[in-house]
Amino acid sequence: MAKLKDLAKMEDRLVAGHGMCLGCGIPLIFKVVLRATEDPLVIANATGCLEVCTTIFPRTAWNVTWVHSAFENAASTIAGVEAMYKALKRRGKIPKDKTIKFLGTGGDGGTYDIGLQALSGTMERGHDVVYLCYDNNAYANTGGQRSSATPLGASATTSPAGTQSPGKLQWRKDLTKILTAHNIPYVAQASPTRWQDLYNKAKKAFEVEGPAFLNVLCLCPTEWKYEESKGVELAKIAVDTCVWPLYEVENGKYKLNYKPKEKKSILEWIKPQGRFRHLFREEYAWVLEEFQKKVDEEWEELQRLSSL
Amino acid sequence: MSTLKTLNGNQTIAEAVRQVDPDVMAAYPITPSTAIVETIAKFKADGLISGEFVCPESEHSAMSVCIGAASAGGRVMTATASQGLALMWEMLFIAAGLRLPIVAGIANRALSAPINIHGDHSDTMGARDSGWIQIYSENCQEAYDNFIQAFRIAEHLDVRTPVLVGLDGFIISHSMEVIQVEEDEKIKEFVGEYQPVYPLLDTSRKITVGPLDFTDYYFEHKRSQMEGIENAPGVIQQVGKEYGEKFGRPYGFFEEYRMEDAETCIVVMSSAAGTCKDAIDELRNEGKKIGLLKPRIFRPFPDKEIAEALKGLKAVAVLDRSTCPGAFGAPLFTEVRNALYDYDPRPKVVNYVYGLGGRDIMVEHFKEVAEKLDKIAETGKVEEMYGYLNLRE
Repeated sequence: MAKLKDLAKMEDRLVAGHGMCLGCGIPLIFKVVLRATEDPLVIANATGCLEVCTTIFPRTAWNVTWVHSAFENAASTIAGVEAMYKALKRRGKIPKDKTIKFLGTGGDGGTYDIGLQALSGTMERGHDVVYLCYDNNAYANTGGQRSSATPLGASATTSPAGTQSPGKLQWRKDLTKILTAHNIPYVAQASPTRWQDLYNKAKKAFEVEGPAFLNVLCLCPTEWKYEESKGVELAKIAVDTCVWPLYEVENGKYKLNYKPKEKKSILEWIKPQGRFRHLFREEYAWVLEEFQKKVDEEWEELQRLSSL
Repeated sequence: MSTLKTLNGNQTIAEAVRQVDPDVMAAYPITPSTAIVETIAKFKADGLISGEFVCPESEHSAMSVCIGAASAGGRVMTATASQGLALMWEMLFIAAGLRLPIVAGIANRALSAPINIHGDHSDTMGARDSGWIQIYSENCQEAYDNFIQAFRIAEHLDVRTPVLVGLDGFIISHSMEVIQVEEDEKIKEFVGEYQPVYPLLDTSRKITVGPLDFTDYYFEHKRSQMEGIENAPGVIQQVGKEYGEKFGRPYGFFEEYRMEDAETCIVVMSSAAGTCKDAIDELRNEGKKIGLLKPRIFRPFPDKEIAEALKGLKAVAVLDRSTCPGAFGAPLFTEVRNALYDYDPRPKVVNYVYGLGGRDIMVEHFKEVAEKLDKIAETGKVEEMYGYLNLRE
């Protein structure tokens, strides 16, 4: 088991000086994930918060090889890098004993939505890459528009709450399940503040032969509208309410990594966040009910799948 | 020893790919370029190529895989047509902006709507400002020769710019022709070893590729990108000359056919130039002083050289296999006419659009154009600057 003090000694691959928001979950995730392999690494980053905040020319916050080409294609881009690695290795241009790892990454906009096709293709073709989605539930880079990961009832700028609407009307897409249906060796859902669990999952993802997918909930004080200092607590609540369960699917086998002793009400998740503020109006009470019902159903289903 | 092989246009591209054997080939099938991808896949299945073949789920991803692979540091090719090139459009600019020497074979095809699978130049003309070098081929032999030269041009360290090679959909992509296929070893030798520039796979360097520019750097980076395509003409000429010395078929920016003592000229690219040559022969037999200029390189446009070749003529007709709705003429026409602007005297230049959606263009249509040119040459007057050939109106 990794010890925090050992991890802390490792060289940072995403260094200070980036422009991410106070309280942003992205650096939390990457500081852990990038320590989960000691091999040389190439990252392909989709357009989004992480890309924009880390590479404003002539500066870069990346102490690791990194490439960005567009919004919807981080998966195809990293697939291309990996294909070239295979070709050059076969042709003796890269020494046989040299191992390089490959990571594609994007937010929920670049992954759940515009990049879903490219991600699906890369996973289906079996490229030996890890894809990490930092899911902050919105198009945060462009100012908080809805994505298919935005929760029911959240007010986003393209699904705003109003007198006639409780915000987003649809339940979020279950991307982790979609990736599971690709029958790839490793799929996992993790949280930025359960660092040990995230580290273990990232390590497995890098180690498996073939494609691996990590879906990590990403704190976003800017778009979720909560006090920045409360992020760690909020991430914990997401797990304890089963809004964001921690689980993994290894070669098709589901495993629940954490079961709260007492499952908390979704209200604990919803109350601190300004994006849900309007849901406490009487006319939108049904949304809260529906929210709890869906979380309960998904949790039941996950427990069933994990007990198989 | 080179050998004669009977191949269609798609097979000639695939044959060139087999000989060059790029490190990564990533392509998505689309009519009429599908057979390029299929043939490469079969070569791979039969162990005739050792590069990595990737069959992505779309053309957008195909170009994205090419961009990832080329950034990683190796030789890369793709093939597509029409809607496929249109779907790649976003990534074409990124490939050029990142200075990645990707080579693409394009079986030129019309763009929807209406959907049509046949040959015209709407696809590549739509991508003419994407920063790619564009080479057009008259026949299967030229498609083969151009595709091989494209690697040398794209990868030249002073150029480092992607290159697309056009061959007319169906008319060339599906026409069987006896072509001269050079020896594998000689082609490999001609193309040479790939020289990577800042490859991602040299992980000791930890480079950042594709960062964000604000107002303070974007302009300078775009300007420096242009140096690559600005350096291309010399390299294109050098490579075309060397190819000629080695294989007996030299190439330049364009081909002039029976232009000596010509008073009028038809400018037309790709397969239609072949038909046009027959028309020119017949017209010459009738005593008409007419010639053909067939551009091979459209980007970078060889404006001075084309203007020099045309400046002394009385009348020139530029034939375009695409339209440019709302513009002052179709793409090739505006380039040619613009190139002649500073010359005095200069010929009258008119524009005819032909062959959209694969509509045939026959000897008689070129003769129609010749007649119109005669009239312009005689009177010095242009009655119709823009028209259509073989169209029901």
